[in-house]
Amino acid sequence: MSETLNTTLLVIGGGPGGYVAAIRAGQLGVPTIVVEGQQPGGTCLNIGCIPSKALIHAAGEFERAREYAQNAPLGISVQAPSIDIAQTVAWKDGIVGRLTGGVTALLKKNGVRLVRGWARVLDGKMVEVDTGHGLRRIHCEHLLLAAGSEPMPLPSMPFAGRVISSTEALSPTSIPDRLVVVGGGYIGLELGTVYRKLGAEVTVVEAQDRILPTYDPDLTKPVAAALARMGITVHLGRKVMGMNADGDAVRIQDASGAETVLPADQVLLAIGRRPRTQGWGLESLHLNRSGNALRIDDQCRTSMHNVWAIGDIAGEPMLAHRAMAQGEMVAEIVAGQKRRFTPAAIPAVCFTDPEIVTAGLAPQQAQDAGLDCLVGVFPFAANGRAMTLESTEGFVRVVARSDNHLIVGWQAVGRGVSELAAAFSQSLEMGARLEDVAGTIHAHPTLGEAVQEAALRALGHALHI
Amino acid sequence: MGIHIIKMPDIGEGIAEVELVGWHVNVGDTVSEDQALADVMTDKATVEIPSPVVGKVIALGGNVGDTMAVGSELIRLEVEGAGNLKGDAAGGTKASSSAAALDVEAGSSSAVSSTPTAPTMAATTSHASPESASSTAATSRAAPASSIAATSHTSSASASRALTPSNPSADPTSAGRDAGQAGRSSPASHHAALSREPGERPLASPAVRKRAWDLGIELRYVHGSGPAGRILHEDLDAYVQGQGAAASAASSGYRERHDEAQIPVVGLRRKIAQKMQESKRRIPHFSYVEEIDVTEIEDLRAQLNRKYGESRGKLTLLPFLARAMVIALRDFPQINARYDDEAGVVTRYGAVHLGVATQTDAGLIVPVLRHAEALDVWAIAQEITRLAQAVRSGKAERDALSGSTITLTSLGALGGIVSTPVINHPEVGIVGVNRIVERPMFRHGAVVARKLMNLSSSFDHRVVDGMDAAQFIQAVRALLEQPALLFVEA
Repeated sequence: MSETLNTTLLVIGGGPGGYVAAIRAGQLGVPTIVVEGQQPGGTCLNIGCIPSKALIHAAGEFERAREYAQNAPLGISVQAPSIDIAQTVAWKDGIVGRLTGGVTALLKKNGVRLVRGWARVLDGKMVEVDTGHGLRRIHCEHLLLAAGSEPMPLPSMPFAGRVISSTEALSPTSIPDRLVVVGGGYIGLELGTVYRKLGAEVTVVEAQDRILPTYDPDLTKPVAAALARMGITVHLGRKVMGMNADGDAVRIQDASGAETVLPADQVLLAIGRRPRTQGWGLESLHLNRSGNALRIDDQCRTSMHNVWAIGDIAGEPMLAHRAMAQGEMVAEIVAGQKRRFTPAAIPAVCFTDPEIVTAGLAPQQAQDAGLDCLVGVFPFAANGRAMTLESTEGFVRVVARSDNHLIVGWQAVGRGVSELAAAFSQSLEMGARLEDVAGTIHAHPTLGEAVQEAALRALGHALHI
Repeated sequence: MGIHIIKMPDIGEGIAEVELVGWHVNVGDTVSEDQALADVMTDKATVEIPSPVVGKVIALGGNVGDTMAVGSELIRLEVEGAGNLKGDAAGGTKASSSAAALDVEAGSSSAVSSTPTAPTMAATTSHASPESASSTAATSRAAPASSIAATSHTSSASASRALTPSNPSADPTSAGRDAGQAGRSSPASHHAALSREPGERPLASPAVRKRAWDLGIELRYVHGSGPAGRILHEDLDAYVQGQGAAASAASSGYRERHDEAQIPVVGLRRKIAQKMQESKRRIPHFSYVEEIDVTEIEDLRAQLNRKYGESRGKLTLLPFLARAMVIALRDFPQINARYDDEAGVVTRYGAVHLGVATQTDAGLIVPVLRHAEALDVWAIAQEITRLAQAVRSGKAERDALSGSTITLTSLGALGGIVSTPVINHPEVGIVGVNRIVERPMFRHGAVVARKLMNLSSSFDHRVVDGMDAAQFIQAVRALLEQPALLFVEA
């Protein structure tokens, strides 16, 4: 065994939480080591956000070309288009490579040491890393657990043969004829849409009685309608019983107990993700849990002194930008600053077609919190820019307190609305009231005008509806 | 609101139990992050346990003086958000039952915690006279605040429940805020009514939040003047200024005071107490005071310091005294001894292991200057300095704290004219040094100014006779008055 390394901050996991924590710690002069078993960037850059968005874009372009081949409302006509899926995946891998290389360079630039290998926790101050050519011990003052999450397995349907997780689905070698997606959450729907646009017959099975169960029905209705238009079959309220005996079909059961089979060349299991807390010695710390996740306070402290946890390992919402903000904060606390993780909102985006974006409270959530609220909705059908983009589906919605007009939440559904997330969370963090947004000049013609109009509508004087 | 439990952390390798030696907070106090909650002591050190979170203390896990296991519940805080207590429903019942269980101890501790609150309230409630606020604390407007400060104090808690409904809606807010202020033991300052309900998160932009953290300010206590009660940078400025003004205004007046504080005797203090009691109970002390003319030795000391101060270090009187004792003890071995009174054995020592009583922040500690007989005055001086630093920083090694055969105690400039030192059991003698004063003295028929100093010593009369003790001190005196003898090897 080589000598023991010593550091102030040791980050387990080089995903968005871990690498941001390390960069910030490096900026603040805190000696920092990051341990990462794969490429830096974590799930997000390698097998999550970025590659999925790349494929969503490629699939969208392909579908558009196919549409033009059938009819030409814009006057553009195309001969029957084709797609070389290997080339598509190579293009996606190129983006991922540029980004992970960028992270490696950023770590280096900020004086962070990157140790490649798999970490095993020995105690709250000591970690052993299997670097592939020997074990190496690292001693630290502060241990930051940022090991992320992994796809949740389904006991009746192990990952094997035709059953794949999102990781494999993001690097297809070919497009299956029939894809069954188990799980009607955002991962299943995003990838199901990609595969449908690339030519697969796609069937989605969801246990609850609607897709995207974490969003309210008004937001998911346009998505459900779009899925139907695309020809994706959705089975709601169905239990997945496993593969059939031949292993070429998924057995599902409805509420009455009647069983049917869905023939499948490939099955994408996307029923959620679970914190990666098993199998690397973390149990020995006996940290307090909250379900599967590590329990943290508003400074990301675990139940053990100077052991911190950020991102997916610390539970929902499992979002890269949450992990990044937490990582930045922990680095600053370790550097001696006083910080707290108290965002007004953590925005969430669902890159279905159309997209859904939310920040803060939905009307029902506000009501459940005992707030008397005004709700303003502005449809894209009344937005000029949306018409020029052929995306008049969807709306922007604002939720504000009726007593002082403080905005407590924003939601939108529609093509390209993910970019509105910045405006939404900014107004929430700044404590904007309806009048603030209504009184801000929004550029014309943009989708953002719908944001201003939603605020105006909540105040009772929308101009364009 | 959630419950956050802080467990007794492992503060040293392999230590399973620690002694709780002090609380910095009371039930009802609002604590900020990194604020000290409690002091705990191990064999090695006293350690402060800081709060990792912001919250309100709702239960203390032990009494001062308790021995607590590592991992046991130290304190229970009510925090914003979910806290770390598993299961909200379970948390609710657990919290209330433990609060009830704590009533008993709160009954005694609330005497400490709620009484200081009343004067604070009197100072801040302009329409209530000081007397009425303090004497009728249980029924006056001050009551809700003081009872919130000691949530689990049964009688005042019920009083507050009775009062709350009749209060205007703004009152619980300001009472809660004042309780928080009192909890931080800073005088309540900002009087503007808050537009927030208790527990509602303060509204402020990220820049304001960051600045508040940097200033160590809880935004919950800051009035927001912006739209919808938003806290602006100006509000922070006003809050910071208000804190300063209130602090200077609070010290006026000839108010009667009714506060009392019970200080548990724990940790090092308890050890000192036991040791002193042991010494006084077991040992029949007799004290002997003699006046020493230190004019010559002070002159010599000044000369030595002029000549060697740079190269060998400055000398105080103590090293000379130590040297004088070493020489005098050669003829009085019965005084350089330890008496095991249960075994009935006096052990006399050739070595002089000189205990040097040293005041530290934690209390009196007697580190041991080993083998003083083998050291010259400069070496003694260095060793005394080193030992004093070691004990004051808590880094003294174990054998530097035990095994002395006689003790020297000095209060320096505070030495007074006479003291009655307590023997460091099981030793049999202790020599105390009093103040040096310049006095007119007759010398060869003329009045001259001389420097005089008393030595106050105590001896164990069971094994040291008065005659021997007196002769020993006379020998020390002779050496000090003719300091050349200190440097003559017989």
